[in-house]
Amino acid sequence: MPAVSKGDGMRGLAVFISDIRNCKSKEAEIKRINKELANIRSKFKGDKALDGYSKKKYVCKLLFIFLLGHDIDFGHMEAVNLLSSNKYTEKQIGYLFISVLVNSNSELIRLINNAIKNDLSSRNPTFMCLALHCIANVGSREMAEAFAGEIPRILVAGDTMDSVKQSAALCLLRLYKTSPDLVLMGEWTSRVVHLLNDQHMGVVTAAISLITCLSQKNPDEFKTCVSLAVSRLSRIVSSASTDLQDYTYYFVPAPWLSCKLLRLLQCYPPPEDGAVKGRLVECLETILNKAQEPPKSKKVQHSNAKNAILFEAISLIIHYDSEPNLLVRACNQLGQFLQHRETNLRYLALESMCTLASSEFSHEAVKTHIETVINALKTERDVSVRQRAADLLYAMCDRSNAKQIVAEMLSYLETADYSIREEMVLKVAILAEKYAVDYSWYVDTILNLIRIAGDYVSEEVWYRVIQIVINRDDVQGYAAKTVFEALQAPACHENMVKVGGYILGEFGNLIAGDPRSSPLVQFNLLHSKFHLCSVPTRALLLSAYIKFINLFPETKSTIQEVLRSDSQIRNSDVELQQRAVEYLKLSSIASTDVLATVLEEMPPFPERESSILAKLKKKKGPGAVSVNELEEGKREGGELNGGGERGDSSAIAASNASTPSPSADLLGIRTGPPVAAAAASSAGSLLVDVFSEAGINDDGFLRDLEPPTESSESLLAEGPGDSDSAPPSAVSEDPAPLPESNELLNKFVCKNNGVLFENQLLQIGIKSEYRQNLGRMYLFYGNKTSVQFVNFTTTVTCPGELQSQLNVQTKLVEPLIEGGAQVQQVINIECLSEFTDAPLLNIKFRYGGALQNLTLKLPVTINKFFQPTEMASHDFFQRWKQLSLPQQEAQKIFKSNNAMDPEVLKAKLLGLGMALLENVDPNPENFVCAGVIQTKAQQVGSLLRLEPNTQAQMYRLTLRSSKDTVSKRLCELLAEQF
Amino acid sequence: MIGGLFIYNHKGEVLISRVYRDDIGRNAVDAFRVNVIHARQQVRSPVNNIARTSFFHIKRSNIWLAAVTKQNVNAAMVFEFLYKMCDVMAAYFGKISEENIKNNFVLIYELLDEILDFGYPQNSETGALKTFITQQGVKSQHHTKEEQSQITSQVTGQIGWRREGVKYRRNEIYLDVLESVNLLMSPQGQVLSAHVSGRVVMKSYLSGMPECKFGMNDKIVIDKQGKGGTTDDTGKSELGGSSGKQSIAIDDCTFHQCVRLSKFDSERSISFIPPDGEYELMRYRTTKDIILPFRVIPLVREVGRTKLEVKVVIKSNFKPSLLAQKIEVRIPTPLNTSGVQVICMKGKAKYKASENAIVWKIKRMAGMKESQISAEIELLPTNDKKKWARPPISMNFEVPFAPSGLKVRYLKVFESKLNYSDHDVIKWVRYIGRSGIYETRC
Repeated sequence: MPAVSKGDGMRGLAVFISDIRNCKSKEAEIKRINKELANIRSKFKGDKALDGYSKKKYVCKLLFIFLLGHDIDFGHMEAVNLLSSNKYTEKQIGYLFISVLVNSNSELIRLINNAIKNDLSSRNPTFMCLALHCIANVGSREMAEAFAGEIPRILVAGDTMDSVKQSAALCLLRLYKTSPDLVLMGEWTSRVVHLLNDQHMGVVTAAISLITCLSQKNPDEFKTCVSLAVSRLSRIVSSASTDLQDYTYYFVPAPWLSCKLLRLLQCYPPPEDGAVKGRLVECLETILNKAQEPPKSKKVQHSNAKNAILFEAISLIIHYDSEPNLLVRACNQLGQFLQHRETNLRYLALESMCTLASSEFSHEAVKTHIETVINALKTERDVSVRQRAADLLYAMCDRSNAKQIVAEMLSYLETADYSIREEMVLKVAILAEKYAVDYSWYVDTILNLIRIAGDYVSEEVWYRVIQIVINRDDVQGYAAKTVFEALQAPACHENMVKVGGYILGEFGNLIAGDPRSSPLVQFNLLHSKFHLCSVPTRALLLSAYIKFINLFPETKSTIQEVLRSDSQIRNSDVELQQRAVEYLKLSSIASTDVLATVLEEMPPFPERESSILAKLKKKKGPGAVSVNELEEGKREGGELNGGGERGDSSAIAASNASTPSPSADLLGIRTGPPVAAAAASSAGSLLVDVFSEAGINDDGFLRDLEPPTESSESLLAEGPGDSDSAPPSAVSEDPAPLPESNELLNKFVCKNNGVLFENQLLQIGIKSEYRQNLGRMYLFYGNKTSVQFVNFTTTVTCPGELQSQLNVQTKLVEPLIEGGAQVQQVINIECLSEFTDAPLLNIKFRYGGALQNLTLKLPVTINKFFQPTEMASHDFFQRWKQLSLPQQEAQKIFKSNNAMDPEVLKAKLLGLGMALLENVDPNPENFVCAGVIQTKAQQVGSLLRLEPNTQAQMYRLTLRSSKDTVSKRLCELLAEQF
Repeated sequence: MIGGLFIYNHKGEVLISRVYRDDIGRNAVDAFRVNVIHARQQVRSPVNNIARTSFFHIKRSNIWLAAVTKQNVNAAMVFEFLYKMCDVMAAYFGKISEENIKNNFVLIYELLDEILDFGYPQNSETGALKTFITQQGVKSQHHTKEEQSQITSQVTGQIGWRREGVKYRRNEIYLDVLESVNLLMSPQGQVLSAHVSGRVVMKSYLSGMPECKFGMNDKIVIDKQGKGGTTDDTGKSELGGSSGKQSIAIDDCTFHQCVRLSKFDSERSISFIPPDGEYELMRYRTTKDIILPFRVIPLVREVGRTKLEVKVVIKSNFKPSLLAQKIEVRIPTPLNTSGVQVICMKGKAKYKASENAIVWKIKRMAGMKESQISAEIELLPTNDKKKWARPPISMNFEVPFAPSGLKVRYLKVFESKLNYSDHDVIKWVRYIGRSGIYETRC
């Protein structure tokens, strides 16, 4: 039986609730509720007036029934009536009912709003608070519309009670969160900020929540709050625990307020004013000092409150990242927590240290705790703390301690929790690669990794090993030897077999001299694992066997026999059967020369972002790792590992495995691929040809490792970072357009819509329309990834004299493109006078932390401003003759690129924008066109004649126009089209 | 096959938990509680699949019985078993309540051991069980070794449901035909759906191992006999009344395990060696030519937004000499009812707020009569625009005839070894028709 206080209790309600609680079954409960509802209905019938007390009681019962999960469809009117009561309890119940039960489209909303208005304008602070609470609890748009103007006035009015101010601040915060457009701060801003100076701590606490939220949206307007917050903070921090009587919590002065102040400061950069900054630093130092003091109480609340402030202060220090002294002190403080009894503290300390490790000032300080962290990794009981410890180890790793950390992580891996193993494996793989001084260590580490946690080694990890081994000549022999030894273990993980198969297939010859690892021994070793492997691995092994035939002709008969056996050549798996059949034929038919060409050693892989790193990023979500990576990129840049190569932050790992080959030439792959790449593609395509003949070209294993030949991908890898070290290519310095952009430009001479550019990340579509000398172009940027692009900016520039010829206006584009989304940009173009160049479009954005930079030519060509002109035959020839000056004519004779289909030609000429004139030229094979180019300055008439010669597959193109530059430019453009 | 059986009280606390197979873990008990008993939304389906485990449950008053399995079992079998389990428990300790289950939990585990073996249902015949599972109320009658071995041979023998050597001074047999009639009728009096589900329940106190033969006016048998013109038709007028329809069409039926199914299949005659005591001989269902004992004529008129006038007339539709009993008409009222005035000629009527209905009770009513009730219902205006769904008017009653038209033609008892004949057996036949879900839309 719930306790009933004498004066205010409602006996009927208490009895009802205890009845409900005593119900044995749901059915009994429903029966009791039905009975009560019928009773209330008969009471609300309206024939007799109810007094306030019974009204309150019944409304309360209805509310209770509603909270039990039953629908209530009456009683609203009675609740609204209660609002106008003068008794606090009745009003309170009325407001309670309304904030729980009234939906916004109710007819009653007008009455309710009226009642709230009355209470707000009353001088009674308790009534005002009730009304404000109701507004905040409902928090609907309608409420915001009705009261958003009223509440700021109450908040800043001089005569408002403190308790009302608190409520008003929080109510306003709530309304701002639901409908920010309706809460206009404007004139109240400065007065709201000055609430930070209020005498009453409660008001300050409420106001600071509001200010934090508002300043996140418009930081500039609330800039003044920084100095006020700092002074407030310093007053609290320096106060003795007895000063703030009511606001001292277990000997800590105003802990909630301090945390909120510190959080507010994290919205802003360090204060510029020296005095303010000095005061703030002093505060932070005091907080750090206080942490060292012996606790004033043994109660857990005391230390919790103290530590809450401390951690908030540390995150502010990390946020500023400018005070080496404080950073180091923070780090030391956290170091103490690493061994604290409290698990939560250890967790928080590790987490904060992770961010500290990325700061250049405190990195060294963090490193001193390495032993403790390793210990935590090994002995910690809570898996989430171990996870943080692993993260921290990863973050604090650099060249000096890499070997130790990697070794520790490897040894921990054997006992690690299954949930974090895969991530650990990725981290070990990345660290091993990033800080590998000598590559034999790297190979050892990774092979160990596969041995210990083979199941968790994802495809990317072993792809990466192979990429690196192939790219580094010096490590190949060692790798072959180690792999051979590793394979001798009786039980090998399948990933090990994959690596072994690939490496021995490529470099088995390097260890073949040793009789212990003679070709036949190697083959038998690999083949002994064959039957235990899954289909994809077997397929890879078959490829390794055919490579053996090339490397060691003496194994040919053995291998052919294996391939010929029924279990291969008649395997039920199509892929295996196909490989067996084709390799068998290849080995028996092809001469050794052909074999040597087809099965040539794999060419080095072009540099690209480490696939492992990408995988880890994906696992952690974008941004989580990349921040660290970027930071490290900065710090480590140029420090070690052959400086110049490793500026590129997005490809730190890739750059380690530097080879002399493609990195400098990446952009040129399409126009003139370097020898290595050419060899690669030829080898690749030969293999693919073999397969495609048989109708299958799904050669996933080889293809995964084949070097990409598309320049788009290499472009990605080369995406210039904003790092301070030397950029690897010219792209980042000079926005030179892509090599293929001219080609792209030509695509759009005769058409207005289409796809301008596409790579793995981005697709740019284009749609344009021209009238007279004006044009409008719509660009559609499509994000092809699932990760958002941030800081997306585009700029259109007119190089050189184009500036005076073309007037281009662009609308701003959204800086953020969600994964899979598309944004549109409108570009207005005005042609001032005739021009030859095309404007450049530069696109910059961040994808997963790496800056991407792209420059394209906008397909705006002079012919877009053509106005077609119809004319009869003699008119045409008359004008033709008028334009007979030699510089007015441009002529070109060129070979046809495409089939000479007159219909296609016609369509292209129409797309050009000129009028195609029929029955003008005596030779019906020829085409003539006429048009006027509209520029702002003048009009340029142009005539065109195209004479195809089908026998010779040649064209003669003649253009005459009143301006010589126009003729020349048009002639150039058109010559590419046919 | 059943992997386990759990019994919970209304709060979801486990009273009995018996696991028969290894594939059912301990967590299954909690899974059912969390997902069904304590589910936020009331779970209506009697079969629930939670994490690849099937739960079949029934509810008796406040007690949940749940059978659990991971296999694809015959659900009808499981439910049949659960109901049998309830019958067995009721036969041992009366009402199935939390209190009784707690008091008899040793007995229940013993029963569960006996009637389910590795999840396969075994003997669930109460009479037979009582001979060897004896607790508290049930006293053991057998002490000697000889008698114990007799039990073993009986339980494992061909006729597991009857022991040998039963002896009565008076050989008596009681036969009850119990039917429940279900109806859904439109306001205009059109039958939307109607069916009768009936049971033949017997109590036999016969000596020795008698062979019984039971005959009724099954359409197939009557037609066959009419065509064949058989002579052996003497029993016809002996037991069954000869009035009304000649024969009924039975849609489907199930029998007690004692009935020889092969004989039923070939000759459609029901012959059996009865168990001793009470048992259910057969169950059946008919859908054609049902005699509807009552007709309900509703009249509902809405007077403005705040008033509703209801008039309901009931007519009895059977021989005037018969008397219907325990008649109860339930007239639903709208959810915003604020007051009700009722006037009725016969019986008592009352507005029951807790059930949102007017309940009208009449003790007795003869055939071919009619009676009426009228009520004024006051409504409270609501701001909800939802219209009242008008649930149907439902009715309960009990009549002394079989609404399906079933008649018992004969019940013969043969006992060759002992010296009593069919004529010496005293036979009692009774028909009871009850309402099932008997509803009329208004």
